Amino acid sequence: MFKYFEPSKIFSITSKAPKYVLFLFIIILSIGLTEALILSPEDYKQGHSVRIMYVHVPAAWISLGVFSTIAFLSIVGYIFKIRNFFLISKSLAPSGLVFNIIALVTGAIWGKPTWGTWWAWDARITSMLILALFYFMYLVAWRIYENDEKAFKATTIITILGIINVPIIKYSVDWWNTLHQPASINILSKSSIHVSMLYPLLMMTAAFALFSLLIFLMKYNTELIKIKNKGLDRL
Amino acid sequence: MISELLLMNGYGLYVWSAFSFTLISFLVLFLITKIQYTKEKNKFISKFGSLNSERAAFAKSQSINREILSNTSII
Repeated sequence: MFKYFEPSKIFSITSKAPKYVLFLFIIILSIGLTEALILSPEDYKQGHSVRIMYVHVPAAWISLGVFSTIAFLSIVGYIFKIRNFFLISKSLAPSGLVFNIIALVTGAIWGKPTWGTWWAWDARITSMLILALFYFMYLVAWRIYENDEKAFKATTIITILGIINVPIIKYSVDWWNTLHQPASINILSKSSIHVSMLYPLLMMTAAFALFSLLIFLMKYNTELIKIKNKGLDRL
Repeated sequence: MISELLLMNGYGLYVWSAFSFTLISFLVLFLITKIQYTKEKNKFISKFGSLNSERAAFAKSQSINREILSNTSII
């Protein structure tokens, strides 16, 4: 099964896909922004500041999803010695880090009118900051180690340690008293968010996911060409 | 209508700065990634151009190298 993940087999797809993904991203983002900034209603308590949710929440979701994917691919890649999984993980990390930073910054901007402060050492915010540090360490590890085997080992260890933090982020609002409210969207039970707010939130999430895919494809192609450049040096 | 959209009952500064920060971050990440891609691709083309005909034919026998040379632009 893993032979289908060979770079030489998928490059013909990954090299052509970015322009289609970019096109789709622009359309979905335009619809999402119109919904989020104009059509969706204001909150009865928070007023218009609730609109920050449409960038803050999707950014946090994507950063968590990307890190979980990186951890899964790194662990499987390390066990089964699949180099391409490391290449995919490495290409996913920059967008994950940027989404994590967006979640932290927009959270701070939302915090000021809602809680009266830009920052608090609240369990959810602190655990998200720790996730950003893991992203940073992961990317630094790829730069530090010239030797691939050492880089694979170091990045896998970082992701194993980092993945412990992911359920802490998710359940921090249930385990501790935090400024954050409990989750409004549940897959298994009824969500407490109104459909007029859920729709723009899902549109913006789809747009952010497409942007993450776009950056991943561009980065992955860059990494493949880098490998091929080394191959030409050896000829 | 427009001033209402901009001011948002006093929350405009917060809302617009959050959305602006997000979109600027997207643009910066996109441009950095595109510059890195273009740089690596140009390096590949220049290295490929400096190969002698025998080595170039060997390199071109790999489908991935042909793909890199054929795709002039990523976007």
